[in-house]
Amino acid sequence: MNHTTIFNNQTIPISQIPEISYDDFFELNAGFVTETADRHCVSYFGYPVGQEIKLICCMADDPSHVIHISSCLVSPTGNLASLTTGNFCFEKFEREIHENFGIGFTGHPWLKPVRYPHDRKDPLQTIANYPFYGIQSEELHEVGVGPIHAGVIEPGHFRFICNGEQILHLEIQLGYQHRGIESLFLSNSKLSGRVQLAESIAGDNVAGHAIAFASVWESLCGYQVPPEVDFSRTVALELERIAVHTGDLSAACADVAHQLGGAVFGRLRTPIVNFFQEWCGNRLSKGLIRPGCNQFPFTPDLAQRLLEVLKAFEPEFIEINAAIFSLPSALSRFERTGAVSFENTLSIGSVGMAARASGLNRDIRSSHPHSLYPSLQHEPITKRHGDVYSRLQVRKEEVRQSIKYLRELMTRVPHGKQEPGLSGLPQPDSFALSLVEGWRGEICHCAVTGAGGELLKYKVKDPSFHNWMALAMAVRNNEISDFPVVNKSFNLSYCGHDL
Amino acid sequence: MFDHIKIIYHQGKQFIPDVKTAKVPGIFRGRPVISLAKVNESELVNSCPLNAISAGPVRLDLGKCSFCGECARQFPEKIEFTTDYKIAANNRESLIICEGDQGPVKIDPAKVRKEVPRLFRKSLKLRQVSAGGDNSCEWELNAANNVQFDMGRFGVEFVASPRHADGIVITGPVTENMAGPLQICYDAIPDPKIVVLVGTDAISGGVFRDSLALDRSFLDRYQVDLYVPGNPPHPLTFINGILDLINA
Repeated sequence: MNHTTIFNNQTIPISQIPEISYDDFFELNAGFVTETADRHCVSYFGYPVGQEIKLICCMADDPSHVIHISSCLVSPTGNLASLTTGNFCFEKFEREIHENFGIGFTGHPWLKPVRYPHDRKDPLQTIANYPFYGIQSEELHEVGVGPIHAGVIEPGHFRFICNGEQILHLEIQLGYQHRGIESLFLSNSKLSGRVQLAESIAGDNVAGHAIAFASVWESLCGYQVPPEVDFSRTVALELERIAVHTGDLSAACADVAHQLGGAVFGRLRTPIVNFFQEWCGNRLSKGLIRPGCNQFPFTPDLAQRLLEVLKAFEPEFIEINAAIFSLPSALSRFERTGAVSFENTLSIGSVGMAARASGLNRDIRSSHPHSLYPSLQHEPITKRHGDVYSRLQVRKEEVRQSIKYLRELMTRVPHGKQEPGLSGLPQPDSFALSLVEGWRGEICHCAVTGAGGELLKYKVKDPSFHNWMALAMAVRNNEISDFPVVNKSFNLSYCGHDL
Repeated sequence: MFDHIKIIYHQGKQFIPDVKTAKVPGIFRGRPVISLAKVNESELVNSCPLNAISAGPVRLDLGKCSFCGECARQFPEKIEFTTDYKIAANNRESLIICEGDQGPVKIDPAKVRKEVPRLFRKSLKLRQVSAGGDNSCEWELNAANNVQFDMGRFGVEFVASPRHADGIVITGPVTENMAGPLQICYDAIPDPKIVVLVGTDAISGGVFRDSLALDRSFLDRYQVDLYVPGNPPHPLTFINGILDLINA
């Protein structure tokens, strides 16, 4: 075998991943993704081993619910054939490896910096001197937006090349939010500190990233999660999905100047986040998820409260949706705006809600289910057109689906017994991977441990890492005035990307 | 048209009538109270993932605290988090809660610059900059503007351009990559202007305090007018802090 195959949340000895030559590594991983939507790259990263760099590529296989892991050892000064030439989904992973270690990729279309990390190979490259793509023309003009944007949002720079009002090209430069999360995972030795780091990867996706970290850690320690913990995690993920999708519908309405929609969706988010506060003391669920324990057991009283909240929420949510999506002036801004074709979505390796809106069925809840998702028999919601309308429809329907799941879960609240909790240390010389479907899409955390069980590498991948390119594709040939609503329909994470 | 009126009718009254006395639901972790009970102090200090607790006497620094509640869970007889959300202060030292302290966290009127209440009492426009924030503080600042918290009724608003602003609101630990844009934004705000730090990450670096990717020199150069602790701060913490500052 030239690779090994694992399930989601499985730990294996690192020696079980065969080390093959780069040529074989190239053939294998290019072959996995060619002409099929069944497999895609969930993570591809490197870490130093002595003087060399070990590359590990993780390819998820959706129909068979497994992940193929392969590795190779390369020199940091070498030049490798670029996987991107045949498969664009490797584009950003190769740029990241190049930026971190200096490895060249021959044939890569633009080996540009990804996020200017503090430990980058070439410290002379600075964020103020990003090599933007330019066009020499008297008819075209460039528009630069950011890093600081008009609203209360995160920083990033967008450079548009426009023909009049029409966008021909958008290049997105990120990295402003880089705060060294992956290296802090290694240097912070307290487990309670590490889980807080995971909660701070993306503050709008706290439950998703915290569950991914907790799952990796529990898997490394060989800890079997009790059902009441799985229950809490499933509830947290679905609540987070409802809260953010509702908030994003509010923002999309605000961007097309529909104030009633903006106000009503905005206020509907409040009872959901307030329920998080009733449950765990924080409106964004910080403090709720901890490895190996259930700090805030989900009691029958909470179940009763949640059912009341959902009962009040749902009719209001349906009512405002019916009004928005039958209003011609709103529909004319949503329909056919910011469309990404199925082919483009597949080729750039888009994931999650944005991929599903273009007809690409990527959903960890059904393809690599964790927690209580196997029992929910989740069926992903997909749309065909990949425009703003489709993405908003996915959000709307996923909110209602999440409500349905929560109601179903509330019929089987586990008894709140106190489980013993996590003990033991991570297994030495091991590799663990966890995939979690957050509201944006798949979150992938990988860990590699050394001889003493210490962390050698902690790799975080937020779904936005794949999807920023989808946003750049979506706005081509659109009016520049439609950019805000297209951007909001994706609502990608800057901090999750920049780490 | 009638559908829309029906929707407005169905919303009922959403706004919080009095943001100073509103009760927050559930087990919100706000201002902690530290009892005089004897506990193993080194274990207590060690229980905090962010080194926010110091011993002799036991003190908890809200500027470093992420409000995870780990200390209160391990030492329930020693530390208890109340639901008091009014924890913003203009003195960094006021954020340090000592054992036995019962009183609320307050704005020190003597330290408020005279021009701040004089000019901004009825209208304060703020420019927010996320300098490595994780988007949780941004969510809560946006929530402060929604129809429930409705900060706009006090004349406090976020604006798009620093040229229109009376002050800067900083979230996040200030990354090296954002240090330059933050300075440019600050310089573009006309004088007199205020500086507000929102969230534990901004006040102390929080969970990122040891990161090599930060450049917090901006905070050494300018006086901070308001510290709003929390991870993220509750919208009511922010609104009350701002109101206490401009009405000092």
